[in-house]
Amino acid sequence: METRVMNENHSALSGGTEAVAGATETGAAAASIEVRDVDFYYGSSRALHDITLSIPRGLVTAFIGPSGCGKSTLLRCFNRMNDLIDGTSLQQGSITINGVDIYSRDVDVIELRKRVGMVFQKSNPFPKSIYENIVYGLRLQGIRDRRVLDEVVEKSLRGAALWDEVKDRLDDHATGLSGGQMQRLCIARAIAVEPEIILMDEPCSALDPIATMKVEELIEELKKSYTIVIVTHNMQQAGRCSDHTAFFYLGKLIEFDRTEKIFTNPSIQQTEDYISGRFG
Amino acid sequence: MNQERLEHMRGIFRGPLLNLKDTLLMMASLTDRNLSLALSALAERNTEKANVVESEDSVVDKLEVEVDEMVVTYFSTHGPMATACRVAFCGSKISQALEGIADQAVAIARRSRMLNERAELQSEVDITEMGRLVLSMIRESINAFVEVDPDRAAPIVLRDRQVDEINKANERTLNNIMAQDPQNIPAYIHLLFISRSLERCGDYAKAIAEEVHYLYTAQDIRHEHGFNPKS
Repeated sequence: METRVMNENHSALSGGTEAVAGATETGAAAASIEVRDVDFYYGSSRALHDITLSIPRGLVTAFIGPSGCGKSTLLRCFNRMNDLIDGTSLQQGSITINGVDIYSRDVDVIELRKRVGMVFQKSNPFPKSIYENIVYGLRLQGIRDRRVLDEVVEKSLRGAALWDEVKDRLDDHATGLSGGQMQRLCIARAIAVEPEIILMDEPCSALDPIATMKVEELIEELKKSYTIVIVTHNMQQAGRCSDHTAFFYLGKLIEFDRTEKIFTNPSIQQTEDYISGRFG
Repeated sequence: MNQERLEHMRGIFRGPLLNLKDTLLMMASLTDRNLSLALSALAERNTEKANVVESEDSVVDKLEVEVDEMVVTYFSTHGPMATACRVAFCGSKISQALEGIADQAVAIARRSRMLNERAELQSEVDITEMGRLVLSMIRESINAFVEVDPDRAAPIVLRDRQVDEINKANERTLNNIMAQDPQNIPAYIHLLFISRSLERCGDYAKAIAEEVHYLYTAQDIRHEHGFNPKS
């Protein structure tokens, strides 16, 4: 029995029809991600089974599911962070971003990871100043002009809703910030290199409720310029923040639809059981 | 309500709850207009106004459906607690009451249209004053909602008793008149039902006031016949 349900407007999701008008405001146009028939392995263990979904550009897509269901694995496929783990392989299918197969041989993985930024569960600022954290990626690109760097620092910190809190102490050590500030600094660092997509792997799970609220408000702003994919265990967060939700279980995509549909009238009983807290 | 709590309550209306509030206010505005038009149609023997009330009722019906969809979606996606939960829950009930008032407005409009087909009645029943009182109750309860003022909602509960008494008085008067003027009983029956429709509107306005009070204070004042807002 076909247990995977796509919403009836699936084809409309993958095109540009859902593009947000503001996506080009910052000059970094949001991108869409197409996943087709993907199988992923950790060694001989199959972690993802025949995954197909279209992540619409300029919107927030949430991945939900119990621990070990493959949602973070799939997320890391989008910027090939899984390549850094020995023995992993994408053995079938394709993942394209704006029509380009990111697993093709001629893809520059470093460039890919610039276009597809990532924020992790535990914030990981570099052991440097706030300023140097932001400009690190730019320095790697050879940008030395202080004026340019200053502009990017302010723009990125404003974009991460952190500028007002740190503008007078940019030379302070980043690890002196609060947990929520550090996470927003990581977001600022990611957007400093003007990505098209931002991946967030449980970005608020280590944060207090106030810091979580600030990051969620930030996500609402960021989606005007970026495509965002967020993995979360928090059902209310998925409900509050996302436009579309994908439910995974045991490495399979069970259901993918508008968040409102998933949370008010899911098509699959398993989805309803999960969001109701009956398992997971 | 102290200033801190007042600010907290005002701040709750953001995002989906602000949309809910705006939709409820739109419903209230249309309902108020329809009831006012229906009463004008009756007082002026204006069939055209009665027709407008009937044709515009579907807009209020659609808004009621929209409110319930909003509320279900909000509960499902946000899992609200405390005040936010009460706002969503009460919002649904307020919209049901407003839709009920709009339906009564249609009933009044239809009966006034039927009365227009007959000669004008000479009656001691003052529907106009009853209508004015009911409209003021509806407006006060909505103002209490908008201005975050539960104390303003509570006296409306008492005012509903006044409307009930006026209806009973109208029934007694009309019963006496019908005994003396049997030829016009069909017409007096319309007035009887119009009075009952307004009494029903008073009940709905009271229900809105009770929901507004509960929304902001978490105190349920329904069915407390001896409720004193100052206690």
